[in-house]
Formats: sequence, C-alpha cells, structure tokens
Amino acid sequence: MSSTEPIQAPLSTPDHEDYLREQTPVLSAKHMSIEYEVNPPVHAVRDVSLVLNRGEILGLAGESGCGKTTLAYGINRLLNPPARLKSGEVTLHDSDGEDIDVTALAGDALRAYRWDKVSMVFQGAMNALNPVISVKAQLFDVFSTHRPGMSRREMKKASQELLEQVGVDPTRLNSFAHELSGGMRQRVMIAMALALRPQVMIMDEPTTALDVVVQRGILREIMRLREQLNFAVVFITHDLPMLLEISDRIAIMRDGQILEINTSQNIFENPQHEYTKKLLRSFPSLLGERGGFVRSGDDDHASTPASSQTAAKVEGGTHGS
Amino acid sequence: MALEMKNVTKEFKVRSGTRTRKLVAVNDVSFVLEPGKTVALVGESGSGKSTIAKMLLRLENPTRGKISVDGIEAGGYGSSLKKYRHLVQMVFQDPFASLNPFHTIGHHIERPLRIHRKATTSREAADQVEELLARVNLEPAADMARRRPHELSGGQRQRVAIARALAPGAKYLIADEPVSMLDVSIRLSVLNLLARLQREENLGVLYITHDLATARHFSDEIMVMYKGSIVERGPSDEVILNPQHDYTKLLLDAAPVPSNHGVLRQAVKDEMAQEKRS
Repeated sequence: MSSTEPIQAPLSTPDHEDYLREQTPVLSAKHMSIEYEVNPPVHAVRDVSLVLNRGEILGLAGESGCGKTTLAYGINRLLNPPARLKSGEVTLHDSDGEDIDVTALAGDALRAYRWDKVSMVFQGAMNALNPVISVKAQLFDVFSTHRPGMSRREMKKASQELLEQVGVDPTRLNSFAHELSGGMRQRVMIAMALALRPQVMIMDEPTTALDVVVQRGILREIMRLREQLNFAVVFITHDLPMLLEISDRIAIMRDGQILEINTSQNIFENPQHEYTKKLLRSFPSLLGERGGFVRSGDDDHASTPASSQTAAKVEGGTHGS
Repeated sequence: MALEMKNVTKEFKVRSGTRTRKLVAVNDVSFVLEPGKTVALVGESGSGKSTIAKMLLRLENPTRGKISVDGIEAGGYGSSLKKYRHLVQMVFQDPFASLNPFHTIGHHIERPLRIHRKATTSREAADQVEELLARVNLEPAADMARRRPHELSGGQRQRVAIARALAPGAKYLIADEPVSMLDVSIRLSVLNLLARLQREENLGVLYITHDLATARHFSDEIMVMYKGSIVERGPSDEVILNPQHDYTKLLLDAAPVPSNHGVLRQAVKDEMAQEKRS
C-alpha cells in the first residue's frame, strides 16, 4: 500500500471546469477521509472531494479495494464500525433550495434523509432482497416508514407503478425473490431505490453478475428513468468500457484517492494519469485492431509495446496449430 | 487426438405439480477441441454453456450422444472414468468458493497428484507442488504452499485453481468464466498465464464466457450458444466482425463500446420523444 504517497488533487483538463460551470450541484463532498479503525488502521478514503450535479451520471471506477464502496457508504452515512468518517463534510443541495449538512444529521433527521433524498442500490443486488417476505411487503416497508400517511391501497398502486416503470410485470408484486430471475431482482431493487423519488441514487455494481443482454436492458432503463425523473446517479463499477458509454463524468479511484476526474469523452480521448491509461489499456477492444492487445502469454502486457506483442502472437499462433 | 462431443443432447425433467415436462438444456451439439487450440463458448446465462462443461467433466451424463477423448469414449464410472479425468480438468468460476478454506494451498495441489498417482511419496509430492506453483507464477512456492486460501488475493487463488487443474497432467482444460470474478486489472494477467501454459504444454482450452472481447482475443474459434444449440461458429475474428446469426448480433450490440459515449442517451431520448408523439 502506498498510503504514504502524498495526496494530490485529481488530475483534469480545463474544459472540465467549463463543463462544471454549466451544471447545478446536488451533492458535494469535501475533504472526506474514512478510516477503518483496525490495527494497523486502514485509510480507505483519503481526502476525497467530489461534486455531483443534478441529473448527471457520475461513474466511479477503480479496482476492488480502492475505496469506492466505502466512499459511497460515507456519502449515505452508512458506515459501520470499525469504519469511521474521520473528517470532511457532505452537503446535499435540496431541490427546494435548502442545504442539508449530511454529516451533522442524527436520529429522525437522518432517517428522513436516507432513501428519501439519497437512495442506494446495493452491491450484489441479486441477493439483497429478503428471501422470506414478498416483493410487495418489501416495497410497502419503504412507504410505511417514510410516508406514514399512505393507505394500503395507495401503497399498492404506487408499488405497481414502480414495477411498471422498471419493466417488471406488476402482477409479480406478490412474488418472492426466488421466483424472479436475476435481472428481475435487480430491477426490483432499482424500483425500491426509486420509490421515494430521490434526488441522488448510488448504484454499487448494479449490473455485475448479469449477462450482457440483460445488463444492456437495465442500463437502458436507468438512462430512461434519469431522463424522466432527472435524478443524479453515482455509478460504481470496475467495468470502464461500460462507464465510458453511459456516464457523463468519470472519476478514477485508487488507494482511496481520486486520481483523475473528467468528462467521459476526455477520459477516453485524453487521459491524464498513468493509471487511467493503464486501466484503459487493460480492456481488449471488441471491434478494434488486434495490435494493442493480444494473447502474448506475457504477464506485463501493459509495458510491452504493441509491435512486440504482435510478434509474440504470431509466434504463439504458429506453435499452437 | 482431440476432445470430441458428438451429437450430444441433454434433457432435464422439470416437475411442476404432478406433471413433468422435458427441458432440453443442450440440443444436438457437436464440436472438437484440439490440443493447442482455444475454443470460446459464449452465450447468455441459461443457454446451456455450463451444462456442456458439466458433461465434459462427466458430472452429468448426456441423454444422447457421445463424448470421447483422444479416440477413447468416456466411461461413466470406474477405471475408464479415471483415465478420462487424467486428461480433462476444470477451472471453476469463483476462486473464493472453489478452494477449501480449511486446507493449505499445498494440500489442494497435492490431492490431485496423489489421486492420479503422479506422486507416491511425500517428498515427490512436495517437489511437484512447488514446481506447479512456480509454473503459475506463485513464488516463493514453498511459502505459498504453506498458506491458506484466505491469505491470497482473487487472482492468486485462481492461479492455484489452474495449478490444481494441471496437476493430474491434464491435456484439456475446461475454464468456466475463469476471470469474471476477478478485478479487471488482473484479468489479463490470468488469461495470459493460461495462454502461456497452453503454449508450453499444447493444451486444449474450452473458454466459457460471456465477455465477447476477451473471447475474441484469447481464442482461435468462437461458438455462440443460444437456447441449447450452437447457432454460430467460426474463427474468432470472423464471428465478431462479421456476425451472421441474429443472436450473435444482439450479443454484440449489447457489449459496451467505450467510444460510444452519449449514443445510448441520445437513443433513449429519441425513443421517448417518439413515444410522446404517438
């Protein structure tokens, strides 16, 4: 771990600033540091500042263990000991003009904030539904906690609408988790996160473990709902090609720091940080030339220039057949 | 000399209430896996990819059809099954679940050596374990052999799984999504390791995946599976760059293309505008 490495501001390009000026922020995190208080302490998030704009999809990319999920939990005040927010502040710029200091919330105020303003689709959403109660009961749970005035009939109507919105047949409301396919479970999780019309949704690897066709369907649904309801999304994943395609901006994280943040176009066309370049290189291109990436049998593919890799491939190919 | 599947069909009985119906998981599939070649098997979940893997490993018996290795038909039990398993081994998807947390890494690799009688004395076994670990780049090998799975990262564990599959002297590896649970930054190194071992030992690899990009770059041939049948097959570049079957095209459309930022957003916007008009 390079936790002694000096903390630097994330790299970016000037036109990123121009882009930001045209947007209105919905959530801003300043100088967040999160530590796991174990022995020795783990600095999972180090001095991270992040602004999320209204209606935007912000991708958060990085390998496992880089602090993506911890950061998301920090924003949503979901950290459990031994994790602790050491310093930093999170502010939600509410749609009615009020600023909410998230880090100072406690008790009922915190309860009202979670899910209502910021909701979350958890990692491994496939298995995040309660297996012993029906989908209906779980959706009703959200309403009865946050909208105590609603009658059961209203709840049922709202739940059916939600399922319809995410592309699940509303008659499946009485189903249990095991009666639904993986993709449907995922959609139900998204419906649940949408229930209270939050301004921010945090999606932690919502489509990993799904196959590409189902994944595409769900991404489409998310994009569609975003256009309709104009919520902001923090999309956490390590699938960089997918992020590049769907998100407006991307932050690249490593060792608890954001190394680079920029619009997806700039990240793709003009990456600044070495690590970003390495990440971009580690995805074989589907339709592109074979040159940049081939089956070389070489371990440090990233450091070998493309030409010598091609040579290795030719050699390997003749041997193989 | 090849691993061969000939007109294999697998049917499962599905009960619903008092009725049973047949579910055809694999429908009349034939292919040949030659030594030194990698064949990728792609398709969505539920298309029958894993059923094929299970049949190749003799964990399931085909309802109809034949499986043979190097000209010898695979037996269902006894010595013929043993002989078959010398030659065909598996690398499982989830390296976090496929290693027993109770046993050391050394033990995991020693077991197949003992069972397949590659080593008879402890000395021999220990030497071969170290050699295998070194071959999958887990060094220092003696130290690695003493560790337990929880002390290793996902990529290291998957290397152990590969070493374990090679231990009986296997000539054919069935790799069922070997890197889908791993971090992107180490996926390539594990795939490259497989490619290197393949070249060194002239292994035949069946690479089961739904990642079309790695399938294209790591295999000589791609077979596309849909609802139990192979709907398209051919040299990997040919299948990816010039897809014929509708399902292959659908799969390709669904794969993310990084240079397409904003395209999906625009498509969704257009779609919604159209709905509003109609």
